[in-house]
Amino acid sequence: MTIKLNINGQDHELDADPQMPLLWAIREKAGLTGTKFGCGIAQCGACTVIIDGNAVRSCNMPVSAAAGKAIRTIEGVSENNDHPVQLAWQDLTVPQCGYCQSGQIMSAVALLERNPKPSDNEIDQAMAGNICRCGTYPRIRAAIHKAAELG
Amino acid sequence: MTKTFTRRNFLKISASAAGGLMIGFPMAARAQGAAGADAAGAAGAEINAWLTIDANNIVSIVTPQSELGQGAFTAVPMMLAEELDVPWESVRHVFADANRHVNNDNLYVSTSTGGSTTVSRRHPYIMQAGASARERLRHAAAARWGVPVEDVVAKQGTLTAGSNSGTYGEFAADAAGITLETEPAIKAYGDWWLLGTEVKRLDVAAKTNGSAMYPIDVTVDGMVHAAVKACPVPGGRLVSFDFEAIKGMPGVIAAVKLTQTKDVPAFTDMRDSVAVVAESWYQANNALASLPIEWDLGRGASISYESQTAEALSLLGKPGTVLKDEEGNLGNKRDKGVNQDEVPGLIESSSKVVTGEVFSRPYEAHATMMAPAAVADVKDDRVDIWTFTQDIGRSLTEVADQLGRDTANVYLHQTYMGGGFGGGYNMFIHRQAAAISAEVGKPVKLILSREEDIAQDSMRPPVWSTYKAGLGDDGLPVALLTHVVGEEKQPGFSLSYVADMPYKVPNRRHESSQVQSHMPIGYHRAPGANANGFFVEQMVDELAQAGGWDPLEWRLKMTEGLEPYQRVLKAMKEKSGWTTDLGNGEGMGCAIVESHGTIAGCVATVTVSRRGQIFVDKLQYFMNSGYTINPLNAREQAESSAIWEMGYAFFGGLDIRAGRVVNTNFDSYSIIRLPDTPLDIEVHQENSEDQWWGGLGEPAGPPTPPAIANAIFYATGSRIRSTPFSKAAV
Ligand code: FES
Ligand code: FES
Repeated sequence: MTIKLNINGQDHELDADPQMPLLWAIREKAGLTGTKFGCGIAQCGACTVIIDGNAVRSCNMPVSAAAGKAIRTIEGVSENNDHPVQLAWQDLTVPQCGYCQSGQIMSAVALLERNPKPSDNEIDQAMAGNICRCGTYPRIRAAIHKAAELG
Repeated sequence: MTKTFTRRNFLKISASAAGGLMIGFPMAARAQGAAGADAAGAAGAEINAWLTIDANNIVSIVTPQSELGQGAFTAVPMMLAEELDVPWESVRHVFADANRHVNNDNLYVSTSTGGSTTVSRRHPYIMQAGASARERLRHAAAARWGVPVEDVVAKQGTLTAGSNSGTYGEFAADAAGITLETEPAIKAYGDWWLLGTEVKRLDVAAKTNGSAMYPIDVTVDGMVHAAVKACPVPGGRLVSFDFEAIKGMPGVIAAVKLTQTKDVPAFTDMRDSVAVVAESWYQANNALASLPIEWDLGRGASISYESQTAEALSLLGKPGTVLKDEEGNLGNKRDKGVNQDEVPGLIESSSKVVTGEVFSRPYEAHATMMAPAAVADVKDDRVDIWTFTQDIGRSLTEVADQLGRDTANVYLHQTYMGGGFGGGYNMFIHRQAAAISAEVGKPVKLILSREEDIAQDSMRPPVWSTYKAGLGDDGLPVALLTHVVGEEKQPGFSLSYVADMPYKVPNRRHESSQVQSHMPIGYHRAPGANANGFFVEQMVDELAQAGGWDPLEWRLKMTEGLEPYQRVLKAMKEKSGWTTDLGNGEGMGCAIVESHGTIAGCVATVTVSRRGQIFVDKLQYFMNSGYTINPLNAREQAESSAIWEMGYAFFGGLDIRAGRVVNTNFDSYSIIRLPDTPLDIEVHQENSEDQWWGGLGEPAGPPTPPAIANAIFYATGSRIRSTPFSKAAV
């Protein structure tokens, strides 16, 4: 079945099983590999994208449910890797292995768009769905505060 | 033109006569968008196999170690740049070419990445490569300018002699052709300008915009996708599967049988498995779920974590094998001539006997965030593999052996690794992908589902332990008997560290036993020091308490004369606000464990609510690694390994039932998350700075769970003797 997706402002037409998770459409069909696969069951956050302002786990959303909606992935956060969240992430050298970080950044971007000055508690809540096996959590927390300052 | 420059193996190179020549591999461009270029991505003249300098004076430095988040891609360039003397801003890092390494007599000495050794063990020859290149540049400039080499100064990418001046880039091609009579000595600590300063890791920017490539991101023309299922009980064999049942499913191309070659699962051997190949991974994985498969589960099917625990408890009730080296010593480096034989009698006749209860740690899976993946393209005349690994050279050779190919025609391309933690040593996904591609005759991308990743992991082995001690009139132990039960396949994993404990008990005896196991095990962030540090550092608190000693004072007393320990323990006492008497449900606990040449002390502060909820308020670390080349990364690594082990203290723990891992995804195998992480983590560097280099990728982990358990004891009076704490009986 043909499905129309709008990813980072670009229209993509794909021929896909409507039940296929959005994650695989983004990665394999649209060729945007910044969004990662970690668990496939909405537990780790590696696949986080933003749809309608919300951080969404693309691994368990059927591609058909995303049709026609504006989807943002890590590649669409900025042209030059200079969104305040990205700058804060670089300044505080947040990533280690880096694999979880696209998802972390998408969750942080969604949080800051809805709440420009989050408290530690609000950061805890918004980021609880994103696992980082390298344990970069203290720097993630600090970088969200920093990005909030950078505005 | 090929020249052997020096006596030293590592400088055997293929020199480039003219600027711009670079030895790479033609396939690199096919890994689309590889951020962090392959060796072929570096332009310029190659002075030796470790570095090239281009016309703009950009220095590309080859890193043979894998980048798993620990910072090898920054540490190796730093060590070279220190000697080469170039502005750090002009340094780029490139992946080493595994084919070139393997086929040139281990050109980079070793590509193994683990045990926190990249800096500690490898700095002499890595720094040497930088120093040797710098000296060649000076000689090249001297020759062109007609001045004595002594007059040429090489500094920050520029060569000068009197009024002559030029960039390294202008002389790089000449330098490659220079033969030196003697190689320069490397710099000593104290002469450094770059090492010892805070340097941000070079790969950070690529990891904030999605451009860093992992094996799962590699695309090759004409590639198909595969999903794999291994026998759920490790060591079990494949009897049959029914491809007809799934043949008609969308996108399905083939099913491929993968075979374990040894009788029991072995290091990097494939397990008996079935792979389904399809046009997309989603289709392959769906079809695999519907594929009827019959397994012969083997002897492991009767083993569970519960049955192993029962066996361990019964073994702990009997004498074990006494740990002794050939001379009858404890087998560690420090203690010779310690009396072992009379220990049981001395305990019984002492003024106070302390009998420990059982401590334990369960199996754990690496569960890197990266879903393991590998791409293989097996053709008649060459083989290309893109994979993660903690040893590119070894993995390349394994694929060549498996396919019966000459290593000269096998190319293994590195990408970033989404975590490693030791798991990149015991992996076999590169073998699986190669076998599948060979069978279907197409390039294949194999991705493991999280469930298969955990089920096929080589786990951290469990241990169970206990002790008995006799105290003297001063309350300090005169004799100590420990007994650790590990599992049968690699007893050394569970024994390491106990005999190495730094405490000077005059009469000690260490016994061990093993339970039956079929579970594959492997390296996993400091296995022995973690399991046994948890045991030893709580035992010590119990001994201190029984003898009427403050636990930190006890450790200071029992390590008298060991300067590196004393330095850390004194810092813990002076800087942490140490007290065992916080009251109000609060407690402080300490622990100190040496691993990978680094001594790590931890002071934990916790609050336990009336309902029994535990909050870790603060973790303070005191690290002595001799030297530190990058204090920023050292702190980040300490935090990382600390949170890793704190995670295992509270969460984690694999459950094995009927021979198979039951909790194979993050819904049932819980991982520490951001809200669980203390707001306050401090890392203090207390380096002795006296000629040794400890590793830093792991050592902050081991003291963490025992320090927290000790803190919980001082908060509540109850001791937690097993992880995860959530399941422990208190
Ligand atoms: S892959 Fe989607 S939450 Fe883990
Ligand atoms: S940076 Fe490695 S998992 Fe988060």
